[in-house]
Amino acid sequence: MNRDGIALWLTPFLARPIALAGLCVLLAMVIAAAFAPWLAPYDPYAIDPVSRLMPPDAVHWFGTDQFGRDTLSRAIYSARMALLIGAGVVFFALITGIPVGVLSALFPRLGHVLMRIVDVLMAFPSLLLALGLIVILGPSVANSILAIGAGFMTTTTRIIYGLALRLRAETYVEASRSMGSGTWWLVTRHILPNLISPLLVQASFVFAFAQLGAASLDFLGLGAPPDIPSWGNMLAESRTFITRAPWLLFFPGMLIVLTAFSLNLVGDALRDRLDPRFRDVFGGEG
Amino acid sequence: MSETLLEVRDLKTSFNVKRSGRKYRLKAVDGVSLSLVSGEVLGIVGESGCGKTTVGRSIVRLVQPDSGAIQFRGGDVLGARGAALRDVRLNLRMVFQDPYASLNPRRSIGDSVAEAGDINGVFKSRADRAARIAETLSAVGLEPSFATRYPHELSGGQRQRAGIARAILPAPAVIIADEPVSALDVSVQAQVLNLMMDLRERLGLSMLFISHDIGVIGQISDRVAVMYMGRVVELSDARTILDRAMHPYTRALMAAVPKPDPSQRIVGVVETGEPPSQFNRPTGCAYAARCPLASERCLAEAPLLRPIGPDNRLVACHNL
Amino acid sequence: MMLSVRDLTVSIGPETAPIDIVSGVSFDIGKGEILGLVGESGCGKSMTSLAVMGLLPQPGPRIRGGRIDLVGADVTQLQPWQRVEAGHGRIAMIFQEPMTSLNPVRRIGDQIAEAVRVHDGVSGAAAQARAHELLDLVRIPDAALQLAAYPHQLSGGQRQRIMIAIALACRPQVLIADEPTTALDVTIQIQILGLLRDLCNRLDMSILFITHDMGVIAQLADRVAVMYGGRIVETADVGALFNEPRHHYTRGLMDCMPARNLGARRLPTIAGQAPRPGAIRTGCVFAPRCAAVQDLCLVAAPPRIVLSEGHEALCAFPLQGERPS
Ligand SMILES: Nc1ncnc2c1ncn2[C@@H]1O[C@H](COP(=O)(O)OP(=O)(O)OP(=O)(O)O)[C@@H](O)[C@H]1O
Ligand SMILES: Nc1ncnc2c1ncn2[C@@H]1O[C@H](COP(=O)(O)OP(=O)(O)O)[C@@H](O)[C@H]1O
Ligand code: SF4
Ligand code: SF4
Ligand SMILES: [Mg+2]
Ligand SMILES: [Mg+2]
Repeated sequence: MNRDGIALWLTPFLARPIALAGLCVLLAMVIAAAFAPWLAPYDPYAIDPVSRLMPPDAVHWFGTDQFGRDTLSRAIYSARMALLIGAGVVFFALITGIPVGVLSALFPRLGHVLMRIVDVLMAFPSLLLALGLIVILGPSVANSILAIGAGFMTTTTRIIYGLALRLRAETYVEASRSMGSGTWWLVTRHILPNLISPLLVQASFVFAFAQLGAASLDFLGLGAPPDIPSWGNMLAESRTFITRAPWLLFFPGMLIVLTAFSLNLVGDALRDRLDPRFRDVFGGEG
Repeated sequence: MSETLLEVRDLKTSFNVKRSGRKYRLKAVDGVSLSLVSGEVLGIVGESGCGKTTVGRSIVRLVQPDSGAIQFRGGDVLGARGAALRDVRLNLRMVFQDPYASLNPRRSIGDSVAEAGDINGVFKSRADRAARIAETLSAVGLEPSFATRYPHELSGGQRQRAGIARAILPAPAVIIADEPVSALDVSVQAQVLNLMMDLRERLGLSMLFISHDIGVIGQISDRVAVMYMGRVVELSDARTILDRAMHPYTRALMAAVPKPDPSQRIVGVVETGEPPSQFNRPTGCAYAARCPLASERCLAEAPLLRPIGPDNRLVACHNL
Repeated sequence: MMLSVRDLTVSIGPETAPIDIVSGVSFDIGKGEILGLVGESGCGKSMTSLAVMGLLPQPGPRIRGGRIDLVGADVTQLQPWQRVEAGHGRIAMIFQEPMTSLNPVRRIGDQIAEAVRVHDGVSGAAAQARAHELLDLVRIPDAALQLAAYPHQLSGGQRQRIMIAIALACRPQVLIADEPTTALDVTIQIQILGLLRDLCNRLDMSILFITHDMGVIAQLADRVAVMYGGRIVETADVGALFNEPRHHYTRGLMDCMPARNLGARRLPTIAGQAPRPGAIRTGCVFAPRCAAVQDLCLVAAPPRIVLSEGHEALCAFPLQGERPS
């Protein structure tokens, strides 16, 4: 992508400060995850019986928990789990959604069957689906990704199906078919390249909701093992101290909301970028 | 010289459509027969929805006809497989109406132009491919440097030139041009029409040229087929039809074309009615409700194309 | 004058560096007159008409200069409702695609009655009766039956008639028609053109008719304004314009019409393509495509030359005309 291209992608963020803020939050999260050992002031696992349930102060900015572990350090390390779950869920949703959605659009009879199955799956509330799967598979990080991903796979498939149906009717696809192109050609040269942008938007939303899903599973004790730092686990552990140490609830809770909210803002901005009217205003046309 | 290249016999194509909850079978093309000899341009003219595009799409196998036969150089088009199919794909090529929709916004002009060659393994090497893209772009009046540009960087006229370039690499025998200039401005339309006439001579192309514009059709065609509601109602040499139209519908169509001459005003006197619904086609002649010559027989019996008069002309009408 | 536009300039872009998409457009329309505004796509026809209607899309294009007088009152910066409130002249508009202007889930009769209610202040049976009358006016057969129909049940031509009926509900003195027949087949187009001519005569209404089709202009207009690159380059009575076009663009436009060249092996063309807004800042907008271009055209904006009574051209070297002193 050339410099103009990058400028074009940045325009919707620059035009809307709140979306830019969202982007910055996400960047901060990635940095936190990548440099956690350097950024975290303490070892997130280090137990310090002396300073248990300390409120936030100059030494422990976010306070400490019932074992005297530093909440800030644990919150920073938790960004890793958040990114892992988010990326895993997005990957799972796309790796299943793209082939099912695209093939369903290209082969109407197959699509008819597959889309009915997707409809049935969509009838389950996604948290219930995730819970059910965890009960069957047992709790673990990988299984959380699978369980949450299953819920998003259906909506992602539906969206891809809809987009691919529209693309299939495009004149340039007709033109290609009239010259004898096969399925592989259509998918790789015409459908997928035109799916990339809208899927970027969908991915940002899936990423956001995956955060909420993971937090819910962790909170119920069905997600990541309790010793691994994650915002959901932090919430779950602190719930018995809610009146004595509200900060234990406040910081991870805030981070979950902030992350999900930022991702939604970014998704909105990306969607605006893809809106052709918007593109005209900002000179994307010839 | 006049080898018959393309022959369409009794083509019928229909679509399933849903209208206010009910399913209908819409007969878009209802028994069309045409033939195209080499080097010839056959114009198809008619109002929107009369089935012009569907004829073209049936020939390049974008829709499956219900019945009828299509032959290219004597070989079956609809049942072609393997090498025969490749031959058909490379020799029957289509140019589309909307220059904005017919190029993939994510592919460079060069990739789009080379598409038929890429799909069918025509190019010997990357260098050969690049050279032939450049040559083809020049042939349609675009700089070879356009190969690396993207559709949004081009004007409507330039895009349509790119669309034509895509249809002539490698050079086909027949081009099916579906309203190739209808979306263009008048001044650009003339440029593109001239280009198509040039290419026709230089490459010895034959064309099925579809348009709703009598002026454009008269400009480029040798013979003209007039369609109404899925059927050909009149077929003859372009001059014969333009100067002495016989079928009542052709005459109404010609009369309705706004002449660019203020001294020949017709506005204010015409009430030509509207075409009947396509969902319940009349049993007899589809034009009967609007026709000044309609008789009892027209309501009961659909007229067939038959030769009338000395000009090698076919007309589907009972009362001429 | 029913409508008089002087030096209308519509711009987009920032205040500090505006880009004119309509620049210095002037025309008049007399009572019962049809003015045809003709030009290729993007030349600013629709923006001119929306500015005149007070309906420029917000945000974006804005009127940066000039004056619009409707039946003698300055309405330049007024919104449509402000014009109605102030009791200025009545103006209505119809568009190219009638389907997008009609509500798909409401009956035709109700939609016309709604317009009647807004303008006449009557409702119920009286509004329906007026709706019936309007359908008769636009010559829709079986008016009573059609009042109960939904837009999708009608053909494109009938929908356009309905749009005209709705526009007529306010008893307009001026009607703006922006390419009302472009989406229609020729046999339907000719009927709509006939209808507009008939309404113009019967109701003594003035019409600003916008099109890109010279044939339609020849059939319908009394006077013609030819637009190019945001400017009106030639104005004349329809007969004069077609008999002796004086601007090189007008001439080129007529020459390249297939209908005028039947059988010719090559069509005359205008080289190049229409300019994008803001692309040309000095000299004549048409200079890059003009066959008669001179050095002067590139540096100095061409003068508006009055060639004869009511015939003007924006050209330094008009066809068959003497050079200005
Ligand atoms: N909302 C807008 N914002 C910015 N530029 C615009 C807007 N609407 C139109 N333009 C530009 O203004 C110019 C004039 O547009 P306009 O719609 O008036 O053209 P037109 O003559 O009506 O063309 P057509 O025949 O295609 O309808 C064009 O270059 C167009 O791209
Ligand atoms: N894929 C389709 N599905 C349903 N109806 C169609 C389809 N394609 C064309 N039609 C209908 O068939 C008729 C003829 O269409 P078409 O060949 O496109 O007409 P033309 O090119 O003459 O305007 C029209 O009524 C049109 O709506
Ligand atoms: S067959 Fe009858 S109705 Fe049809 S065109 Fe001829 S005279 Fe008219
Ligand atoms: S001013 Fe010059 S360039 Fe412009 S139209 Fe006249 S002769 Fe041509
Ligand atoms: Mg068509
Ligand atoms: Mg317009």
